[in-house]
Amino acid sequence: MREDDARLMTGNEACAEAALVAGMRFFAGYPITPSSEIAECLARRLPQEGGTFIQMEDELASMAAIIGASLTGVKSMTATSGPGFSLMQENIGYASMAEVPCVIVNVQRGGPSTGLPTLPSQSDVMQARWGTHGDHPVIVVAPSTVRETYDWTIKAFNFAERFRVPVVVLLDEIVAHVNEKIIVPTRGEFEVIDRDRTTQDPKDYLPYALTDSDIPPFADFGSGYRYNVTGLSHDETGFPANDPKKVDLLHRRLNRKIERYRNEIVHYKTELLEDADIVVVAYGSTARSAYRAVRNARALGLKVGIFKMFVLWPFPYQELDKLARRVEKFIVPEMNLGQIAHEVTCAAKHEVAQVNRIDGGLITPDEILEAIKNVSV
Amino acid sequence: MFPYEKYLRRNKFPHIWCTGCGCGIVLKALLRAIEKSKIAKDDIALVSGIGCSSRTPGYVDFNTLHTTHGRAIAFATGLKLAKKELNVIVVTGDGDATAIGGNHFIHAARRNLDMTVVIYNNYIYGMTGGQASPTTPAGKKGSTAPYGNIEPAFDVSALAIAAGASFVARSTCYHAVQLDKYIHKGLLKKGFSVIEAMTPCPTYYARPNRLGNVVDMMHWYKENSIPVEIARKVSEQEKKEKITIGILHDAERPEYCEEYQKLSARIMKTDNK
Ligand SMILES: Cc1ncc(C[n+]2csc(CCOP(=O)(O)OP(=O)(O)O)c2C)c(N)n1
Ligand code: SF4
Repeated sequence: MREDDARLMTGNEACAEAALVAGMRFFAGYPITPSSEIAECLARRLPQEGGTFIQMEDELASMAAIIGASLTGVKSMTATSGPGFSLMQENIGYASMAEVPCVIVNVQRGGPSTGLPTLPSQSDVMQARWGTHGDHPVIVVAPSTVRETYDWTIKAFNFAERFRVPVVVLLDEIVAHVNEKIIVPTRGEFEVIDRDRTTQDPKDYLPYALTDSDIPPFADFGSGYRYNVTGLSHDETGFPANDPKKVDLLHRRLNRKIERYRNEIVHYKTELLEDADIVVVAYGSTARSAYRAVRNARALGLKVGIFKMFVLWPFPYQELDKLARRVEKFIVPEMNLGQIAHEVTCAAKHEVAQVNRIDGGLITPDEILEAIKNVSV
Repeated sequence: MFPYEKYLRRNKFPHIWCTGCGCGIVLKALLRAIEKSKIAKDDIALVSGIGCSSRTPGYVDFNTLHTTHGRAIAFATGLKLAKKELNVIVVTGDGDATAIGGNHFIHAARRNLDMTVVIYNNYIYGMTGGQASPTTPAGKKGSTAPYGNIEPAFDVSALAIAAGASFVARSTCYHAVQLDKYIHKGLLKKGFSVIEAMTPCPTYYARPNRLGNVVDMMHWYKENSIPVEIARKVSEQEKKEKITIGILHDAERPEYCEEYQKLSARIMKTDNK
């Protein structure tokens, strides 16, 4: 990292630039506040990089187009907000089912419906996990700062490529629009992963082969491997299959694929937990207020620590369960009515305190501090 | 004998289509057109949505992509733009293309994106059991129009022309020879080509509408189709309820991939200065 690489950027800009650095060369999207700057930035940048930008007719088309592009081997992404994210759900399920790597950025707004277009929210945590029908694997990351947005956009592409899944980057209006100084990492400071490609003879290639890794090697469309891709339940050959054994095998593998590698994916940071009897579990821009609140509480002599999540799904159940044996009191601040708090309750196996806002206002350090004081008595 | 075997995934047969279904006739016409075009199998991506017609890709040995209902053209847009050397062909039903996928259809036509779209128009939703579609003629029955359809139908080819497609032709399963001729022309055309194939669905369109069996439907196509050259001369009244067949539109318009490449070259050049 060099100081002279310091730049002032918004989260949306950082997301677009990082995607290019990760090798993304195809973007399809439909404008929607507060995500539009990502599309605008890429409309300017992608033709410079020899990539493709297209503004589609809607979000259903955007999601479809990035899957099509990714099938040719090109890293692809789209960006949207709540209403558009809802429209993408069917094809996100297709990407899960057909194991097509891609990245979906959702700059959350208050919902349901058109809701609060210009104000922050974290209300799509559950939609990101369960928005499409059926049991399906998905990875969701939620950065808190501009720099984290840069890093985690790159990691999102790496996860997508490594595990052949759609990966959701959940931003919120604050992270997306705040201007922060970031020192852009140099190429050697981060890893860029490309999907594992088959080296088999096309005659022997099975697009959904059962392998030791549970992740079948990929063949680019149009590279001499003529195979079939479908959203129907299929077998190793990629053709539709109804046989219960084959269907079971497929769906268990799809879900196992993420579960067995969860330790490579789950990511969080803890601070001041050694002597803590209260822990604040936070993510996204709310974590920024949580840090301040914890510091202020410490100054008052309260024993509080923080568990800040970078990855929301897969959820750190085991880690929080372990923590709950040591720390009794949990506080979860979030700009929704308790979507993550509910999961923390499941992990900790007891009720947790919540700080919630759904009025478009951000959660302040004082509001979290208040909650800390309340539970500490 | 035409070498269909060369293109078929033999082990995927028997197919799911009903006896007398027109889907197989369109499939064969498509293969004849592809053979004539000399495009290598590796260079073809065959994309479909959901429906009986959209099951076509499973049976043929290309890069095949069976997508979600209505979205074939949107998936195909991504494929084509990311790999411009691919010859992208979309096979779709009337419901797939003009109801749930209508938006993608008109916008791909407007962009004039280089692909060939073959629409199997059987006037009905076959796969889901015969519900009315945007092309079900007014007065005809479907399982969701038990008293007769009160909605006017889309003229799919006219829609494609109005939206900006550069090549539009229509034929029927009776006029199968013309069908492969038009598909072939569509494949060679740089731009968005639409071939509307009028396809019998004996099971869910003919039966509730008492149109007889598939032989009767073929007769009906034969008796009720008029070549476009004649259709242009006769009155509206004379061609009412008739199917106009032939090349309906063939124009030159800037093609999207080429325009994008020009833009990209221009931007990269100015950037390197
Ligand atoms: C989102 C969604 N809605 C509805 C369906 C159910 N569906 C499957 S095929 C179909 C209609 C197919 O009709 P058409 O496109 O005309 O094709 P055909 O079967 O007649 O060839 C419908 C409504 C679906 N698969 N997905
Ligand atoms: S229902 Fe109609 S369209 Fe579907 S296979 Fe049968 S005849 Fe063909």
